[in-house]
Amino acid sequence: MSEATEAVNAVVRDEWSRIVGAVVRATGQVQLAEDVAQDAVAAALVAWERDGVPDRPAAWLTAVARRRAIDRLRKVKTHLDKAPALQAMARLGQAPGPLPGETPDYPDDRLRLLFTCCHPALAAESRVPLTLRVVCGLHIDEIARAFLTKRPAVQQRIVRAKKKIAAAGIPWRVPDPEDWPERLPSVLATIYLVFNEGYAASSGAEHVRGKLCGEAIWLGRTLASILPEEPEVLGLLALMLLHDSRRAARVGADGALVLLDDQDRSTWDRDAITEGLALLNRALVLRRPGPYQIQAAIAALHAQAATPEDTDWAQIAALYGGLLQHHPTPVVALNRAVAVAMSQGAEAGLALLDDEALSAALAGYPLYHAARADFYRRAGQRSEARHALECALALTMNEIERDFLRRRLEQLKDRGSS
Amino acid sequence: MKYLILIYEDEAQMAARSPDKQQQVFADYGAYTQELVAAGVMVSGEALQPSVTASSVRVRGGEALFTDGPFAETREQLGGFYLIDCADLDEALQWAAKCPTSRDGTIEVRPLLVWET
Repeated sequence: MSEATEAVNAVVRDEWSRIVGAVVRATGQVQLAEDVAQDAVAAALVAWERDGVPDRPAAWLTAVARRRAIDRLRKVKTHLDKAPALQAMARLGQAPGPLPGETPDYPDDRLRLLFTCCHPALAAESRVPLTLRVVCGLHIDEIARAFLTKRPAVQQRIVRAKKKIAAAGIPWRVPDPEDWPERLPSVLATIYLVFNEGYAASSGAEHVRGKLCGEAIWLGRTLASILPEEPEVLGLLALMLLHDSRRAARVGADGALVLLDDQDRSTWDRDAITEGLALLNRALVLRRPGPYQIQAAIAALHAQAATPEDTDWAQIAALYGGLLQHHPTPVVALNRAVAVAMSQGAEAGLALLDDEALSAALAGYPLYHAARADFYRRAGQRSEARHALECALALTMNEIERDFLRRRLEQLKDRGSS
Repeated sequence: MKYLILIYEDEAQMAARSPDKQQQVFADYGAYTQELVAAGVMVSGEALQPSVTASSVRVRGGEALFTDGPFAETREQLGGFYLIDCADLDEALQWAAKCPTSRDGTIEVRPLLVWET
């Protein structure tokens, strides 16, 4: 990959929402903003290859995106009132707007973008992929993997949602407080998915995309400062901080994935754990439990265990049982099976995983096969363990996770032959 | 932007209303209409006769086919509409939520297509 291509990829990954946000702020049009941001990226691939990477790549892209937006608005003659187009052009043309990262009202910009993408008038299954694309600049492929679904389905949802935003006049603003109950759940779900995408990047060698985790936590903090009495907002932030506290411990010196059991617990970020536990306690005393608080409680039990053996797996299994009431999804059922296997033995876990509906739903999910492999290994069934590991390996795109699975497979073969 | 507020209601439920309840619905709609006018968003609005009075027309191969009844036989039928002009979908949805039928029927909000001028 050339230096220019790498620079473009990096700036798209890190600064996408700032570029899109700058154009949306001037025009109020999400589709237009994303189109011109895409145009600017295409232009950058050519220009940076030819002229070298500019000093401030994000500012370069934002400036080009603004100019392209003006060009497009000039051509627009239909389906749009002339007056707003002219106003938008004037705002776009204003002498070089605040540079990305230097904008005092930048957090607001991103929140506005977030709330537009999470609008309840959009189909629920569209909001999260739309936000990940528009606000976070994730690739369609990454979104598809996060959702365990196919690329064209994701693409179609995003296109449909953007058409509706433009045609139905969905406004670009943070809603009034009385609309929060309707608007909040999908905003929280979106932030958590952003976090997860950063915590366990679904493809490529870079396992931990700290930037995405940081963005999700930042969004969580912003929401928590606006809504300090909303327990699920606090619960989500606690959950993200507790997970993030283990970020450094999750990847070894050689870049390999380190499982919870094998992590050096002294490298866990104590400040993040302390803050997460305090937030969880603040949430729990409000006495309105919800799925984020339950998940934060699970993460808290892990964070408070001095050694893996000290982990209260029975309590964790019970919490997953509670979570299953809120989210009856295959992935939650898988996590519950893992906790049950830890507290009651591998056979009990396997019995849960062999459920017909669950195995059908998770057939394409590498962690399902990895968990089965682990249970079989612990139950002493080596050939079944090997087969399950091979299934997991065939489904995993992430290089670090592939390395990890390969080593597990080797260990199993060594032990099998000895 | 202009939005059409389409009011769908259960006609069987409507027919079963007591005279007092019917009076209350009329009064609620009167107040709602006044509120739309006072806010400056009202463009127009009408109530419709029940769907038993509807006729449907299709011309196929140059031949007109007239049938009795509405386009679709569903539990909730179109009973009236308002055309409003407001800032954005959020405002339109708020007005739709204030419509008296939103409490026992369904309000559909549709943006109007803006034609080239």
